[in-house]
Amino acid sequence: MALRTGKKTMSTQETPESGMTGAAIMLKALVDQGVTDIFGYPGGAVLPLYDELFNQNSIRHILVRQEGGAVHAAEGYARSTGKVGVVLVTSGPGATNAVTGLTDALMDSIPLICISGQVPTHLIGNDAFQECDTTGITRPCTKHNYLVKDVNDLARVMHEAFYVAQSGRPGPVLIDLPKDVAMAKGTYTAKQKVKPRHYNPQVKADPAKIEQAVDMIARAKRPIIYAGGGVINSGPQASKLLTEFTRLTGYPCTLTLMGLGAYPANDKQYLGMVGMHGTYESNMAMHHCDLMIAVGSRFDDRITGRLDAFSPGSKKIHIDIDPSSINKNVPVDLGVVGDVKSVLGDILKVYKARKVKPDQKALKGWWQQIDGWRKRDCLSYDKSSTKIIKPQYAIERLYELTKKKKKVLITTEVGQHQMWAAQHFHFNKPNRWMTSGGLGTMGYGLPAAVGAQIAHPDALVIDIAGEASIMMNIQEMSTIAQYRLPVKVFILNNQYMGMVRQWQELLHGGRYSESYMDSLPDFVKLAESFGGVGMRATTPGELDDLIKEMIAVDKSVIADVCVDQMENCFPMIPSGAAHNEMLLGPNDSAEQSVSEEGMVLV
Amino acid sequence: MNTQSAEVNAHTISVLVDNEPGVLARVIGLFSGRGYNIESLTVAEVNLKENLSRITVVTSGTPMIIEQIKAQLTRLVPVHKVADLTVDGPHVERELALVKVKGKGEKRVEALRIADIFRAHALDSTNESFIFEIVGKTAKVDAFIDLMKPLGLIDVSRTGVVGIARGLGAL
Ligand SMILES: Cc1cc2nc3c(=O)[nH]c(=O)nc-3n(C[C@H](O)[C@H](O)[C@H](O)COP(=O)(O)OP(=O)(O)OC[C@H]3O[C@@H](n4cnc5c(N)ncnc54)[C@H](O)[C@@H]3O)c2cc1C
Ligand SMILES: Cc1ncc(C[n+]2csc(CCOP(=O)(O)OP(=O)(O)O)c2C)c(N)n1
Ligand SMILES: [Mg+2]
Repeated sequence: MALRTGKKTMSTQETPESGMTGAAIMLKALVDQGVTDIFGYPGGAVLPLYDELFNQNSIRHILVRQEGGAVHAAEGYARSTGKVGVVLVTSGPGATNAVTGLTDALMDSIPLICISGQVPTHLIGNDAFQECDTTGITRPCTKHNYLVKDVNDLARVMHEAFYVAQSGRPGPVLIDLPKDVAMAKGTYTAKQKVKPRHYNPQVKADPAKIEQAVDMIARAKRPIIYAGGGVINSGPQASKLLTEFTRLTGYPCTLTLMGLGAYPANDKQYLGMVGMHGTYESNMAMHHCDLMIAVGSRFDDRITGRLDAFSPGSKKIHIDIDPSSINKNVPVDLGVVGDVKSVLGDILKVYKARKVKPDQKALKGWWQQIDGWRKRDCLSYDKSSTKIIKPQYAIERLYELTKKKKKVLITTEVGQHQMWAAQHFHFNKPNRWMTSGGLGTMGYGLPAAVGAQIAHPDALVIDIAGEASIMMNIQEMSTIAQYRLPVKVFILNNQYMGMVRQWQELLHGGRYSESYMDSLPDFVKLAESFGGVGMRATTPGELDDLIKEMIAVDKSVIADVCVDQMENCFPMIPSGAAHNEMLLGPNDSAEQSVSEEGMVLV
Repeated sequence: MNTQSAEVNAHTISVLVDNEPGVLARVIGLFSGRGYNIESLTVAEVNLKENLSRITVVTSGTPMIIEQIKAQLTRLVPVHKVADLTVDGPHVERELALVKVKGKGEKRVEALRIADIFRAHALDSTNESFIFEIVGKTAKVDAFIDLMKPLGLIDVSRTGVVGIARGLGAL
């Protein structure tokens, strides 16, 4: 940046062995870890770190407008690259603002490092200015956290933190750094010299389990592969192996919301997304299968619905790197602990060596049954209106008009638009889809798009948003302006918290308590005020031009797409219902399938 | 599908952890955050050289829940080892209690007599009180305390269970 006129300090230039300040040690550790971008916001407790940042050119700091935005940006950065996202926040309010993002990253297994400033060690516990018990507050929402009290521990802690964030099941790690430690002088320890901690998750599976898995796979008559975010976590090679395995066996494959892109959506063996708003064919196949092969997916309640009615007749194999995911919600017959890439590689080896031939006759019958379910065409919607834009249609056009682009990265907010994006936008590659699945954090999409665009300056990055969610982190438009990021915000504006309205309609007699979005800003003017381009479409006829123009302009865009206010998202398995009790459209009533127990579920 | 018995049983779990700030909070937070019971919990440093502490937790749950507790504990970064003493084989468990009894005359004599039967030692005495130290399995300690109630029990302090596997193996 033009303002970086400060000279390099001694500490970053000189031999790194001793006499470096904590702040310099931290920066050096980041550089050693290959970090090139960090997302942050300054404050009193982190001033020494910012001073150090000012004096160097290896790391770019992206100034967000709220710390919550920094964490989601780092998530978008991490999910779209497979690298660790890095966040820097100040003590007190800086740290507490980061809590939602840390929880989001924990739920979705996103590797992050969050560095927070802290009051000087002698003031800790004194209710000092901008003090909070950051390690206490973040203990349950990080994979691990540290309070560094000795500057000579700092380098080791930093390197260990990067190791912990990325190994096994990835997650956020926080390092709380008191200001006096940041200013004290100490010794740097290089990455290679840090002895790894005993923490050592199992990557390679037990060979006996691989053999057993292949036995079960070979015997299956009605199999289904149910893959999830763990495949994405395992890296692009894991997606390739999943595709190879699926093609080789001829088995059907479904993906979770977090897994979209792990298997090509345009493939004929793909059944679409599974779960509450997944396809009819996927959920019916999950219900009726005789073998379920779970690959890096965690039997979330959005998938299982009513537990005692979940896939009652099947044997289940569960491949997961985290032993605590296995047998957590659903007891399985074979748990295989290991990394997806390694496990699928091993399974393929044994499968090929044994020359396994699946039962073709059974498989043919199974596919016929699946094709029958497919004929229900569960994602269809009313296309008759020429006046009102159906939200599904808007996503469909967005997909059609962008699918030839080389790299399209989609982020979303949370709500109906998120589900329509998952259903109607198709992903053929991993790391192209960034969404908040586990925590369901409204306001995730815009900052995540910032992070994704920073990591991929040439990609077309689109936040598919709802008008309510976008207001939760709208301040990040200013970050987008500062760094001239050509992020596109595609709002499906239904003037409702649509997902809330839908549940109120289904479960609470249509009493739309507080779910109408009044007093919305003029999104076109809003875009302009942030130096971007604002656009609006109100009829289906205007949609294609809007999308084409949105892609063509080399600036940030907010596209206000005014869609049908009353459209609901189908198919839907109401909470607490079984897979075969799916609602396929507005004429199905939820009341028959939602029990009192179901009503208390979220 | 596995046939999982849904019977709830008490399990004594040993956890070897790095002795570092916050480690106990992590373990306790895991139990409270995920809704598991803690019936008793003890912790102390057991290996100065390697800076390791041993936590003994008595908890209860179905076999599936106990497996989950073990997996969740193992997942914590400072945790080295987790063992379920109750299912892993023969082991011994002990608890220590300090029991204060106040009384005169007949009751005082009876308290001393019972203490003798339970092999409890008197650590402190005044004209009107004793402090007994009793070591044993939880059930024995419970029984002793019950017997002391009508004899003037006024205060109890218990360590909670510590346990260790029999034979040559180590955690
Ligand atoms: C409004 C809303 C509606 C939703 N509706 C649906 C829906 O209809 N369908 C749906 O699917 N989801 C839905 N979700 C998302 C849902 O809540 C969960 O986030 C999602 O289902 C979890 O995906 P997953 O099972 O792939 O697990 P993830 O959360 O991605 O977890 C990954 C799993 O893989 C394991 N793992 C990680 N790395 C590796 C590795 N290298 N090797 C092996 N294993 C690894 C982890 O231990 C973990 O068990 C919805 C969310 C929202 C907000
Ligand atoms: C931070 C946060 N608060 C509340 C919710 C609950 N919630 C889920 S969806 C939703 C409405 C989203 O509305 P909008 O962004 O307009 O999307 P739509 O459903 O209309 O497409 C709400 C309030 C949430 N997920 N996150
Ligand atoms: Mg809306």
